[in-house]
Amino acid sequence: MLTLLGIAVVVVGFVARINPLLVVIAAALVTGLAGGMGPLEVVALFGKAFKENRYVSLLWLVLPAIGLLERYGLQERAKALIGDLKAATTGRILLLYFAIRQITSALGLTSLGGHPQMVRPLVAPMAEAAAETHGHTDDETRQKVRAMSAATDNIGLFFGEDIFIAIGSILLMVGFLQQNGIVVEPLHLSVWAIPTAIVALIVHGIRLVLFDRKLKRGAAK
Amino acid sequence: MIGLEVLYAIAGTMFAVIAALSAFDHGNAKRWKNAAFWGLFAACFLFGSHLPDLANGGIVIAMVLVAGFGGLGQGKADTTSIEQRRESAAVHRNRLFLCALIIPAVALAGTMIFKTLTFGGLHPVDPKQATLVSLVLGIILSLAVAMPMLRARPAEPLQEGRRLFDQVGWALLLPQMLAALGAVFAAAGVGEAVGALTTAWLPDGSRLAAVVTYTLGMALFTMIMGNAFAAFPVMTAGVGLPLIVLKFGGDPAIMCAIGMLSGFCGTLMTPMAANFNLVPAALLELKDKNGVIKAQVPTALILLFANTVLMYVLLFVFRF
Repeated sequence: MLTLLGIAVVVVGFVARINPLLVVIAAALVTGLAGGMGPLEVVALFGKAFKENRYVSLLWLVLPAIGLLERYGLQERAKALIGDLKAATTGRILLLYFAIRQITSALGLTSLGGHPQMVRPLVAPMAEAAAETHGHTDDETRQKVRAMSAATDNIGLFFGEDIFIAIGSILLMVGFLQQNGIVVEPLHLSVWAIPTAIVALIVHGIRLVLFDRKLKRGAAK
Repeated sequence: MIGLEVLYAIAGTMFAVIAALSAFDHGNAKRWKNAAFWGLFAACFLFGSHLPDLANGGIVIAMVLVAGFGGLGQGKADTTSIEQRRESAAVHRNRLFLCALIIPAVALAGTMIFKTLTFGGLHPVDPKQATLVSLVLGIILSLAVAMPMLRARPAEPLQEGRRLFDQVGWALLLPQMLAALGAVFAAAGVGEAVGALTTAWLPDGSRLAAVVTYTLGMALFTMIMGNAFAAFPVMTAGVGLPLIVLKFGGDPAIMCAIGMLSGFCGTLMTPMAANFNLVPAALLELKDKNGVIKAQVPTALILLFANTVLMYVLLFVFRF
């Protein structure tokens, strides 16, 4: 039970707003020591796992390419394109992106979206431009539109990807059940992700429509 | 065969250059801290596979100490003004999108091609890493098209990259750190402890209580671990299999599928899921670090409720 102290460290660290990197290292040390490891053993184990998970950070190689395109006006072009379309509202743009993100994720095309390569350079500027076209130039609205753009990418990804049979979480479930003597086909797991995916499409879709209404009311004031 | 090691060498080289550029950035009061941080990260990518585990651990701790106390500085960005960008956007128009979309397009095509491509029975690209290799290939191709088109100097992508790296800062390290924390938790037996604890708390007898404990437990434990993958084996071995499947005869496939999605609801509500919540907040320059989480909480709570209802209804209708 002592090993649960690490979880307490994480919770307290976040509540106290200590730098998360320090919180994670402290939680690892506390957990390892409580689990009967020596301090150097914990550092070595952490180092090994950190090294083995380097692939998680490879996505960052995209930043120089995105940064270069931003330097030459990628975001401004995205904004100009939307600014010309009166029918393009923030909610409709995000709804379109949400549906595309969810469907492509369900087909296993999870790398078609993402925050560094799609949301920052294209989706958020377009959503912002639509808000500006309809008279919202205040910073508070801009912040809300950006946050909603990031949220839309996450929700579309999470509740789409599990419909695809070869995604990591499905493989994890198949492997876990197999270890426990239950044989399940990946397809049998992925079909049961469909009901939640439909609910997600409806719920977040409605929220995006309401987001538009809220923006409209804000403009009328 | 092109696999992870090649990609690590590319990433290591890039971070080494970012470190050097940071060291020469006199506009940044904390330039040596930035240089040390990115330099250590570069070392981890370049030499990590050949270093003893303890040395890798030492590198991580050094990075955490550099960034954790007092923080990193923001470099003075040598970039274009908004007016220049508007002019450039008017000149290059939709070709800019083309360059941006090369990245996902190549990532996608490459993933499909490299998985099956063989020369004389050998894979030129490690099929397990097809997506990552294709992604990096897409980035390189995008630069190869964009740089001559924009008449960019070779240093520009790296300087612009550094501008974005400074913006994201330490948050960039968090996903990899949390993956490592998960490994320590697993080795120390945190999973077993949580499983024992939840089973001890759970009132027996009620199907509904078992389902609610499982879906809420997945969401809560995911919030703490930042990752539904870490919560899944714990909650499923502790609550799902013994109670829902063995005691009440629910279908294990339905339970697992909807259980994992309940965990994803937790991912939407926690700063621990840094790469989905904190990193985008930094990338989009939000003033509120938790702005993305706040936008997600209503959807997450409704979906968590929906998942619980769906699981309860479907489990016992479609039992095997």
